[in-house]
Amino acid sequence: MIRLEQLGKSFGTLRVLKDIDLEIKSGCVTAIVGPNGSGKSTTIKSILGLVKPDHGTVIVNNRRVNGDCEYRRQIGYMAQIAHFLENLKVRNVFELVKDVRNSESVTLDEELIGRFNLEREYDKKLKNLSGGTRQKVNASLAFLFNPAILILDEPTASLDPVASRILKEKIHNEKAKGKTILLTSHIMSEVEELSDEIVFLLEGNVFYQGTKQDLMASSENDGLEHVIARMMEGAAA
Amino acid sequence: MTTLKILKYHLKDLLNSKWVIFYGFFFLVITEALFDLGGNPVKTVLSMMSIVLMIVPLFSIIVGVMYLYNSREFVELMLSQPIKRSQLFWGMYGGLSISLATGFLFGMTLPFLWHGVVDLQGWDYWLVLLSIGLTLTLIFVAISFWIALIFEDRLKGLAGVIVLWLLFGVIYDGLVLFLIYYFSDYSMEKPVIILSMLNPVDLARIIMLLKFNVSTLMGYTGASLQAFFGNVTGMLVSASAMFAWWLLPLFGGFRRFVKKDF
Repeated sequence: MIRLEQLGKSFGTLRVLKDIDLEIKSGCVTAIVGPNGSGKSTTIKSILGLVKPDHGTVIVNNRRVNGDCEYRRQIGYMAQIAHFLENLKVRNVFELVKDVRNSESVTLDEELIGRFNLEREYDKKLKNLSGGTRQKVNASLAFLFNPAILILDEPTASLDPVASRILKEKIHNEKAKGKTILLTSHIMSEVEELSDEIVFLLEGNVFYQGTKQDLMASSENDGLEHVIARMMEGAAA
Repeated sequence: MTTLKILKYHLKDLLNSKWVIFYGFFFLVITEALFDLGGNPVKTVLSMMSIVLMIVPLFSIIVGVMYLYNSREFVELMLSQPIKRSQLFWGMYGGLSISLATGFLFGMTLPFLWHGVVDLQGWDYWLVLLSIGLTLTLIFVAISFWIALIFEDRLKGLAGVIVLWLLFGVIYDGLVLFLIYYFSDYSMEKPVIILSMLNPVDLARIIMLLKFNVSTLMGYTGASLQAFFGNVTGMLVSASAMFAWWLLPLFGGFRRFVKKDF
């Protein structure tokens, strides 16, 4: 479980997170949605320690995160953009992350490497890969160490439909294994398909948090995209 | 241990980079050409000095700043793993410094070796030049990291390092001369010694020229330093100031890296 308590973050004069409280439940898929600049990425990065909150607390699996890095062993992260060291080969990137994770004692999950046919790309340099293939490497790295928590930032944004379907199946399967999955997306059909819980962020505040069913029940059954769009319009009005 | 692992992969990346390869061959071609023109190792070292003092800071500071900006997503990937920020910083700094140092040593060493510098008079000059080049690499990579971590916008960062290089390598001497001219009624020896400490490129040049004992090429700062301290103490004082020039930006950059939002 991940809990954020009174988490606040400003960049200069811009308050990106306004003392938010949030609980990401274990064993389900939580989607963070919201317009650009609403604080989605900052929330995710605060959990990972990439962004240092001004105040508030991040608790991951009952342990308060306070500069320690070991808790990230339980987390797999897929960033929006995958530009790594350009002259390394794909195999080097996998070796690097395995090396720094000291992964000898972990049973590796190489399913995505196989399903994305990444073995064929192993000896190619990263600078010679397409954006989609880089993102496949990125996704495979996130799932590789069997982490209990998966954080996926716009996971299917630059994947082709086949790769996107494979990744969504993987997310479903991992959820079935009881993993905690947190994702952001602008694709509402994807959010509807994958998520159990929805967090709607708006201007640094949690505007809505609840189950997808509750959110849909409050609407006239015209799809999540319409519900979210109405919430955005309502908030803007 | 993790730092060494990160450093290893940075080396693997950078030693395959066309920029580092170009850098190594640049020094190889220039050094070889100077040998072919002059033939004398001491003269070659003296000619190479001016090139090393200009090119090493320029290349280190520009490649350093661009490397850090281009590694943004890589830093995110690494920091989402169970590793400390300090381990990543030292791995990246070590990887880039060692790669550029390798390119520099490759280009500077081979011609001296095959022209038999070890058997000739002048190998000690050559060693001082190599040490100066390596120290400038460490200093300017550290400065580039610091600047890249201060400016979020890569255009500002790039402009910043170019202005800094121009200041240290080109404008500074003119400024010192202007000050000496402007305050010509006063004794300027001590202020000029202090001013020379504020410019790592000037310090490097002074160390080389104190070694060569060519007071005509030292400029006012070098001559003042020589007159004040003598050759050996002058070199030691300058080397200590260069050490400070390495530590200050390195720890400035480190502190920013540890606190920065990625």
